[in-house]
Amino acid sequence: MATQEDDKGAEPGAGIGTRGPELGVALLLVVLALLVITDSLRVGTGWADDGPRSGYFPFYVGLILLASALWIGFSALRTGPKAQAQEVFAEYSQLKSVWAILWPMTVFVAAVTQLGIYLPSALLIAYFMWRHGHHRWWLTAVVAIGVPLSFYLVFERWFLVPLPKGPIEAWIGL
Amino acid sequence: MAELQNLMHGFSVAATLPNLGFMLIGIILGILIGVLPGLGGANGVAILLPLTFSMNPTSAIIMLSCIYWGALFGGAITSILFNIPGEPWSVATTFDGYPMAQQGRAAQALTAAFTSSFVGAIFAVLLITFTAPWLARFALQFGPAEFFAVQLLTFCSFVGMSKEPPVKTIAAMMLGFALAAVGMDSMTGQLRMTYGYTDLLKGFGFLIAVIGLFGIGEILLTMEEGLAFKGKSARINFRVVWQTWGELIKLWKLFLRSTLVGCWMGITPGGATPASFMSYGMARRMSKDPSSFGKGRIEGVVAPETAAHAAGTAALLPMLTLGIPGSPTAAVLLGGLLIWGLQPGPMLFIEQPDFVWGLIASMYIGNIVGLIVVLTTVPWWAAILRIPFSVIGPVIIVICAIGAYTVNNSMFDVVMMLVFGVLGYLFKKLKYPLAPLVLALVLGDMAESSFRQSMLISQGSMAIFFSNPLVGGIVTLALVLLFWPVLGVIKDRLRQRERAAGG
Repeated sequence: MATQEDDKGAEPGAGIGTRGPELGVALLLVVLALLVITDSLRVGTGWADDGPRSGYFPFYVGLILLASALWIGFSALRTGPKAQAQEVFAEYSQLKSVWAILWPMTVFVAAVTQLGIYLPSALLIAYFMWRHGHHRWWLTAVVAIGVPLSFYLVFERWFLVPLPKGPIEAWIGL
Repeated sequence: MAELQNLMHGFSVAATLPNLGFMLIGIILGILIGVLPGLGGANGVAILLPLTFSMNPTSAIIMLSCIYWGALFGGAITSILFNIPGEPWSVATTFDGYPMAQQGRAAQALTAAFTSSFVGAIFAVLLITFTAPWLARFALQFGPAEFFAVQLLTFCSFVGMSKEPPVKTIAAMMLGFALAAVGMDSMTGQLRMTYGYTDLLKGFGFLIAVIGLFGIGEILLTMEEGLAFKGKSARINFRVVWQTWGELIKLWKLFLRSTLVGCWMGITPGGATPASFMSYGMARRMSKDPSSFGKGRIEGVVAPETAAHAAGTAALLPMLTLGIPGSPTAAVLLGGLLIWGLQPGPMLFIEQPDFVWGLIASMYIGNIVGLIVVLTTVPWWAAILRIPFSVIGPVIIVICAIGAYTVNNSMFDVVMMLVFGVLGYLFKKLKYPLAPLVLALVLGDMAESSFRQSMLISQGSMAIFFSNPLVGGIVTLALVLLFWPVLGVIKDRLRQRERAAGG
């Protein structure tokens, strides 16, 4: 699914190179691999009376994951820290726009766990339309209220699938 | 001709009024998903899967597979009119489709794209109709070792065929296996890798992973590119369709070749995206005038679209007969089957003939309905794309969150969706392939249990994987594919050395 070829020919310094993220992801994979290996050793990687133990298969999965992550990490280290030698991971302006949607998304998810789906959805849509779309206030209000309302009708009324609700919905009596 | 009889029976199952209604809903939702950024075939089906829990499995799979056809059709609209591939497999369609639209031939390009999609899909369905029962009968003799060998082949061919660096393919795949192993071990009941967190008892839902990786990850990527939709508009009238069809008939050889490429790539889990690129490349190389490609040649639209649809459809063949999906979307459909209590694989054809043949018949009808719907409704879809991203973006995030929650009614899943989303963004930027991760997550438990059962039978000896010509042949093929990239590297080295020696 590689739709993006990120060689937009940006001058070095206008963004961050792939080395840092590459190392970060490799490190994450190493940590996960170690978690898998440790727990496989705990539950047993050998044979019991009734056949292979639970750690038999994951143990090797963990080992291969560890090996490939270390390989990726070391080849990233070998490219050297110079910006010119690296491909551009993303330009600063791009990272800024990613952040502009990532933090509201994170706040939204945190809010959903506490307040249910409806109120945070309305707030997320309203914030986005106001901050990034500069739409008229009445249009913003219509979309921000209309979309969650239509989800309520489609999911809870039509398909009978319950969605998470919080204190406000309880107070209205839904 | 037992197949034809079965198929006729299938039509009687699929062509009932409610099922036709579900087909239409599915197609329309599918096109919508295909047109919107951040919602693709795989995560679209994943999000809508919970809606079908209360339906009967046959109607449900008909609706879901129609969403898939719709998404395949929808991808072409955005690539031709807006130069934005709505789906990864329509990237190759933009090469000649958008130039055609710029020259005012948008209607021709769209007609060509939809017709090719239809032709590719229909040929793949014919292939499924006649080979699936045979393959299923053949697979009935499979033991655990054979099943593991086929699964190994699936995963090794990812390493051998993908454009991404092989070591990253392996890393992504192993991450998928590791995540699949979390939770209760189905064979011994032992808890693994939960580290005391009760939320991890169920393990990681692959539907959540799909929604996060493809949905949220895609939103982040779309945002990065800074969206400015500047599109051409198009209206298709009957005369243009008729004229274009006349033109297309002359290209029958191209259709045939692209269909073959697509079917092959769909059955082996190459998937629709590489199939479309490969077919486009072949069409250009075999053309008399390769330099005119990329400037608005109708062949440049026909080749990738035919192959992508043939591959997307053919991916369902191994899913139904062996229980091994050929693409992430097929994997999601497989997940659906498991949730409805249907075990995909050879027994499905014997135990649930209504279901299987109803589904196959619905593929014929669904694609015909799809073709008619897209040809008549193009202007509306183009209008949807003009809605600014500041409105569409947050709405899609909300839809993803609802989809993630409704799979298990679990808040933990909504949080995991976000984590997978960030991971998906990083993986895509760093060229880790996502499809092996998703397939490993789906097939992990199955692969593990067939491996452990084989080991039980052989008392721990790997020799079981070479115990008969069938299993030995599949394993050998898998190993060849696994080491294919290594062979490529050695060849390059040799060539470099020769060049160094010669020059």
